[in-house]
Amino acid sequence: METIQIDHVQKALEDLAHKDVYIHLETTNGAYARHFDSNAYNVGAFIRNAQVKYTQAKIIGHESYRVGLKTQLGWIYAEGLTDWELDDQGRLLMAGHDNEGRLMVALEISETPFK
Amino acid sequence: MGQHVAIILPHPDDEAFGCSGTILEFREKDIPVTYFCGTLGEMGRNMGSPFFANRETLPEIRKEELQDACKELDINLEMLGYRDKTLEFEDRTEVAKDLKQRLEEINPSLVITFYPGHAVHPDHDAMGAAAIKAVEMMDESKRPEVWAKAITHNRRELLGEPDIVRDVEDYFEGKMRAIEAHRSQAEGMMKQFRDSPNLKEINSEGRKLLKYEEFYKWTF
Ligand SMILES: [Zn+2]
Repeated sequence: METIQIDHVQKALEDLAHKDVYIHLETTNGAYARHFDSNAYNVGAFIRNAQVKYTQAKIIGHESYRVGLKTQLGWIYAEGLTDWELDDQGRLLMAGHDNEGRLMVALEISETPFK
Repeated sequence: MGQHVAIILPHPDDEAFGCSGTILEFREKDIPVTYFCGTLGEMGRNMGSPFFANRETLPEIRKEELQDACKELDINLEMLGYRDKTLEFEDRTEVAKDLKQRLEEINPSLVITFYPGHAVHPDHDAMGAAAIKAVEMMDESKRPEVWAKAITHNRRELLGEPDIVRDVEDYFEGKMRAIEAHRSQAEGMMKQFRDSPNLKEINSEGRKLLKYEEFYKWTF
């Protein structure tokens, strides 16, 4: 993955608009958050292969980015994205990593279901 | 009944971190060991440091790391094919039935797994519970002994002293090699045990923690 370049990602998002796409969306602070800090809470959310069609997409931010997708019936967004990649299968992978390289959030868009 | 040890844990690296010293000792005595690994750790947060994996490449990378670690430990590997972080939502009886069948094929004398309710990660608890259920479903005469690994902070308070405490100092090098085979995870895992960025320099606290492998004997 590479550091997000906003114009490249915006273009990749637009290339996938108005198509039936599959979404992977997750955020987590890990299953050990509370184990290592009794004041912390374990939180996370995960959805894989939600099929949607979005009509509008925008990436906004500076150093760390937000991506919002306006779908036919609602919205999808992710915050804290830092890195991106268009992989060899043409899937748009975006993720936010902390300063130790650990994944905190991921939003991925593909025209074929994720494995 | 010949001796054979079955390890039942959900994540690639659970074996290296939790019981690789014990495994190496069994292998030195020529006792066969089979690792039933529940998932490929698909949802791991560590992507390498500096990170080289992404959410979609991580499973294949961790699979190779797992195979390397098993080669290092000289043990058989069976991957169960569940998905990281979803194990607790599977039908426990189905998981247990599948495990029972696999166990009956190798007829183990000992099963090592997580102590359900004392294993911190939901996958650890679920894998331990299914493993114990699988053994429970076996004919009493064929039941292997079960050693359960507890990692909660309050385990001693609630469970008492562990029944088995193994000093694996003699196998420390091999244990470290098994941990390091999990390249994408090793850095993140070892961070708590070292004061310097050099992976090899473990602090005394870490060395003490890694030197002992503790288990509770499960009573049916
Ligand atoms: Zn684990």
